Amino acid sequence: MEQQQVLFDYILRIADNALILGHRISERCGHGPSLETDIGMTNVALDLVGHANMLLEYAAEVENKGRTADDLAFLRDTREFKNALLVEQENGHFGDIIVRQFIFDTFNYYFFEALCESADEQLVSIAKKAIKEVSYHFKYSAEWVIRLGDGTEESHGKVQEALNELWAFSGELYTSDSLDKDAVKHGFGVDLDAIKVKADKRIEYILKEATLTLPEEGWMHRGGKQGKHSEDLGRLLAEMQWMQRAYPGMNW
Amino acid sequence: MSNQTWPLWEVFIRSKAGLSHKHVGSLHATDEDMAIQNARDVYTRRNEGVSIWVVESKHIVASAPEEGDMFEAAKTKVYRHPTFYDIPEEIGHM
Repeated sequence: MEQQQVLFDYILRIADNALILGHRISERCGHGPSLETDIGMTNVALDLVGHANMLLEYAAEVENKGRTADDLAFLRDTREFKNALLVEQENGHFGDIIVRQFIFDTFNYYFFEALCESADEQLVSIAKKAIKEVSYHFKYSAEWVIRLGDGTEESHGKVQEALNELWAFSGELYTSDSLDKDAVKHGFGVDLDAIKVKADKRIEYILKEATLTLPEEGWMHRGGKQGKHSEDLGRLLAEMQWMQRAYPGMNW
Repeated sequence: MSNQTWPLWEVFIRSKAGLSHKHVGSLHATDEDMAIQNARDVYTRRNEGVSIWVVESKHIVASAPEEGDMFEAAKTKVYRHPTFYDIPEEIGHM
């Protein structure tokens, strides 16, 4: 595949993870279990949407077909989204949300850390800005997993159940397909096998502190990165995109 | 513990240009590390600070408002104020 096309598709994957997860978390704004967690999680959502904005602006520039970051965010249909399936999973209780976050943040931290060494200068610049916030998310979700896991019987049970459910969505993050391999060959992509080693160690350590059991390796969901999504994404986009689609070109 | 039983913490922030930590409010958190994190999330969203102190509210000992008499003596002792000297210009601001 031509390098610019590889770069464009590659950026979309990173951007869409941030955008879709940012939106998911924002759905709970005002509904957090406490004031502090409500503000904390909403801050995470804002950070993620900020990353999505930087990345989609770059993607639009690379594509060079006159589309803007807004066009990419609000006018693409489900099959054109390249986020991993993990981030489109519906919100459940706080335990579900924080476990989803923990799995994602662990991946995202090592991913952006590696992206800081990319051959693409713009990606490096974006990664260096984003990693400051991602480092905070990385710490925040891990601390909560520890508090809830090593908490009461009820919190432990809920978080273990969430982990058992969501673990099957973790594999996709670290699975290289041909696009990932091309991106690495061109020098701007991240070696997912290499970061998986670091992530596995980190996850093992945090789960041990949290007295949680790592689910056994088994079936892993796939397809999001290639544009094959669940109905959940359709419903999410219907809510996220309806205003731009109902009032095209609207301004505040 | 449920979040109805999380301890209350008082938060003090020092801004970039500031010299001392100022009290900005309070929040609930399960423990001191979460208190710092929550303080960062709740009280430094708009770049208010570079340093955070958190103290469990129960550790703050405060004077009572009714004890205004405690400060009465200072009101009538003008000789305690250092305003009776002429400070030579060369010394500058003290």
